[in-house]
Amino acid sequence: MIDVYLKKKKNKRYYILIFLLPAIIIYTSFMALPLFNSMIMSFFTGEGLIPDQFCGFENYIRLFTKIPYKERFFNAFWNNVKFFLMVLIIQDFVGLFVSILVTRKFWGNTFFRRITYLPTTLSVLVAGFLFCLILNPIWGLFDKILIGIGLESWVRPWLGDPATALPAISFVTGWQYLGIPILFFTAAIDGIDEEIFEAAKIDGAGTWSIIKYIILPLITPVIGIITILTFAGNFTGFDIVYAMTGSLGAPGYVTDILGTLFYRAAFAPKIWGGWGIGMGATVATITFIIIFLGVMFFLFIFNVKGIRTKK
Amino acid sequence: MFKFKKIFSLAFLYIILINYTIILIYPVFLMIITAFKGNKEIFLSPYSLPQSWNFNNFVKIFKASDYATYFRNSIVIAVISIFLILVISSLASYVIAKYEFPLRNFIYIYFLAGLMIPIKLGTVNILQIMVKLHLFDNIVSLIIVYVAMGIPIGIFILTDFIREIPEELSNAARIDGCSEPRIFFNIIIPLLRPALAAVAIFNFVPIWNEFWFPLILIQSNNMWTVPLATAQLYGQYQTQYGLVFAILAVASLPVIVFYLILSKQFVRGLSAGALKG
Repeated sequence: MIDVYLKKKKNKRYYILIFLLPAIIIYTSFMALPLFNSMIMSFFTGEGLIPDQFCGFENYIRLFTKIPYKERFFNAFWNNVKFFLMVLIIQDFVGLFVSILVTRKFWGNTFFRRITYLPTTLSVLVAGFLFCLILNPIWGLFDKILIGIGLESWVRPWLGDPATALPAISFVTGWQYLGIPILFFTAAIDGIDEEIFEAAKIDGAGTWSIIKYIILPLITPVIGIITILTFAGNFTGFDIVYAMTGSLGAPGYVTDILGTLFYRAAFAPKIWGGWGIGMGATVATITFIIIFLGVMFFLFIFNVKGIRTKK
Repeated sequence: MFKFKKIFSLAFLYIILINYTIILIYPVFLMIITAFKGNKEIFLSPYSLPQSWNFNNFVKIFKASDYATYFRNSIVIAVISIFLILVISSLASYVIAKYEFPLRNFIYIYFLAGLMIPIKLGTVNILQIMVKLHLFDNIVSLIIVYVAMGIPIGIFILTDFIREIPEELSNAARIDGCSEPRIFFNIIIPLLRPALAAVAIFNFVPIWNEFWFPLILIQSNNMWTVPLATAQLYGQYQTQYGLVFAILAVASLPVIVFYLILSKQFVRGLSAGALKG
């Protein structure tokens, strides 16, 4: 009886609607719809903010087959792949190594754990500008350190040399975001039952086999999550390149990635590489498709179960 | 022998971790100490602590530009967006967690999809919408975008948390004749405080540092946010190192202080979010 009363009282439909509506309206009109409308916009061409001539797949054909579009697009895409792989290597290897160290019990481990996250709280822009100054040949702080340890032959204009510009940017991104993999890895390693380690030790397992047979298999899904986060982050990355080598991806487009290409294509004036809103939307749509396919691919190979709806 | 090995490996552990910490923290430390040095000192003794802590660089940039406005804009944006994210997503999370209605799971997944969708890729249309609404070059446009961006993570954390609250609490109130909104505001919200704090902390840093949308949606000097001002002023003073470092330090000190004070909650909140994903 009381149950029926409660249920009737609880499920007054209009409350459900009133409580849900603000979230649905804002999320839909400023996140879901803009994304959808940007895709629609990629089928239009024309001058100005709102292109109005329908052109079918012409923007896509131009992007993939016509110079300069295809040149810039494929260049940015491959740079982005390299950028992603370099950052991923830093995050997975250094991140996992440090996580295994700081999850051991010793005096001061919480300090090392907490400090790890500090650079991650900085703005990407600040990190980029800061390393720009450290790496630049005029002040030459980094070069001075190299000379100091006898590596004089390594000295070079790090961000001006096409061979080192993208690795330098990847290093800074890896440096700044190490906090995230370490946070995930330490949480995962902490979650492993202490008894498993004890049992392994009693059976005579060394540190290496504990890492290989206990830690690695249990945190593979976490590596998957890190890979996905890094992937989605790097393929929409923009700030770091903007800060370190400018939105043109200097020198000679070697640091141009999809984010900077999108920025120039959609929002820059023609003389700075603007392609108009329609082409900009096309670059965004292709980027979205790349991210979607990439995320699906990583979900598949790491066998990560999607976001759980129930705990 | 065994003990020796253990001490040896502990020393090794500290050496690695201390080196790691230096690589991690030294650039940040360098940024702060350099901001207190004169131009000559920056070149002559770049690594050492400043001979005297002088605030000349800070005074100069505060005089030359309108930092009071940039900070006011950034703070207004962060406070209002986070407040709205908390209100809007806790309302929705409550309904999703505790009520039964058609399409409930679909709506939940629809929101969670936002965790994966990079909103940046919809910028073309966001710009068009903001121009149409006459919000271009107005920080209100940034608040709206950040709220939309924050809702998925808010709903993700809060729904999980509200599910744990026993239904008996709300039912007792219902029997006493309490209305549904009052149950939400007087019973659920007070219990939700730690989760609300986690959502707020989670959103503060990204919103404070966000650079892409101000770059696209803001033009006038009096609407600049701190990151936008950082980028503009960095370009302007590029050759004057002392000033440039002061600009970078000013932009990052608020988040550094915020982090040092709240690092425990910060890491806990983040890992709570992290592990459930």
